[in-house]
Amino acid sequence: MKIPWFYFASPSTFYRLAGWLAPWFFGLAAILGAAGLYVGFIVAPTDAQQGEVYRIIFVHVPASWMSMFIYFVMACYCGVSLTFNTRLAAMMARSLAPTGAMFTFVALWTGSFWGRPTWGTYWVWDARITSELVLLFLYFGFIALANAFEDPRRGDRAAALLALIGIVNLPIIYFSVVWWNTLHQGSSVKLTGSTMQVAMLWGMLLMALSFWMYSIGASLTRVRAIILDRERRTHWVRALAA
Amino acid sequence: MNAAAERLALSEPGGSFTAAFAWAFSRDLRLTMRHPGETLLVVAFFVLVASLFPLGVGAEPQLLQRIGPGVIWVCALLAAFLSLPGMFASDYADGSLEQMTLSPHPMSGWAMGKIAAHWFATGLPLTVLSPLLGLQYGLGGDTLLALAAALVIGTPVLSLLGAACTALTLGARGGGMLLALLALPLFVPVLVFGAGAAEAQASGLSAAPHLSILAAGLLVALVGLPPAVCAAVRIAMD
Repeated sequence: MKIPWFYFASPSTFYRLAGWLAPWFFGLAAILGAAGLYVGFIVAPTDAQQGEVYRIIFVHVPASWMSMFIYFVMACYCGVSLTFNTRLAAMMARSLAPTGAMFTFVALWTGSFWGRPTWGTYWVWDARITSELVLLFLYFGFIALANAFEDPRRGDRAAALLALIGIVNLPIIYFSVVWWNTLHQGSSVKLTGSTMQVAMLWGMLLMALSFWMYSIGASLTRVRAIILDRERRTHWVRALAA
Repeated sequence: MNAAAERLALSEPGGSFTAAFAWAFSRDLRLTMRHPGETLLVVAFFVLVASLFPLGVGAEPQLLQRIGPGVIWVCALLAAFLSLPGMFASDYADGSLEQMTLSPHPMSGWAMGKIAAHWFATGLPLTVLSPLLGLQYGLGGDTLLALAAALVIGTPVLSLLGAACTALTLGARGGGMLLALLALPLFVPVLVFGAGAAEAQASGLSAAPHLSILAAGLLVALVGLPPAVCAAVRIAMD
């Protein structure tokens, strides 16, 4: 089947496609999330060293993955929007930013709840946590800059450039536990294999997929609102509202 | 240089990087010299804030030695940040930035000239002053040297990063606070390695690894950020 990419690059057609797709992604997120929580809370065994508290990783690790992945996807949209001057890519970048900021906040928040019983402190200024905090401020800066101009297209372009400059932070976050030997532990899941128990790994992967589907659903819903706001003077939006 | 000569220098056919760099550098430095108050204010701010910390946290020599490099770096960071709006904003407001964009010279040339002038007017005085402030905090000779070396490598990175951020916020609402939100998080790595160099020296280790990372950061910033600054100025000119 040939996918008509350019057909859906138009905001008016993408508005309908996003409205049709979003509920499916929310549905998938709910099913995968329920399965992930079931595996995480009931199937997965108690950790030998940390006890029950380790179960926070079923939210913490997927949220951290998504916080970085969403930034990467957002930066890709920004690159497309700057190179090809497309309106929809910039709108998608805008719609992803709040979800990314939310996951970054959740990662920091659950991390500090996990840190208190296991490390004995809510917060340490180590490289991983500090660079994740910088990521949160990059999301805030992106959102603030995008909305700081009278002309929304000007905001799109300025924020896109900021997102591309900020992408140097992603490898720093990802490799921080390798480069600096600090309190935050290294990764247990690698492409070459995992040192985790199978049920724990599955719980985490299911939750990560659920967060992923949620992010797609939420950004598609948000982009519909942005499209309506930007295109409010066009005939098709007026016809929709009438 | 009068207005006619300025126009001539800019409209010279062919255009070259060095000509544009030299023109913007000398022009911005001359403007700074004509208003010495602004540069002195930045320096005064630097000294004043650094002097507030011993009064706030208590004047025990050991504590001051411990926090000295970090405090001086944070002050340098804030001073560099506070002088950022002067780099492009006034030229943007009176239209000369648009004229520079229209000149045949490469944009990266005069943008780099402006950035270098900004560093000369802020980063360099702060570096020269830092040993004096370090003495106030009771830092040893080697630590003072490491601190000054870190500042001389690190403050150009602040000027480069700040130039990109301030160019992005040209014509934006809520300028100052927005600039803080964009620039300060990006300054964090420079702060970490800059203060780390002096702290490593103070605790008996070598400052060399931190200085090497800072220097590597400066090289990356020198290559990567001027195109970003130019792109940001072009976005502002659209």
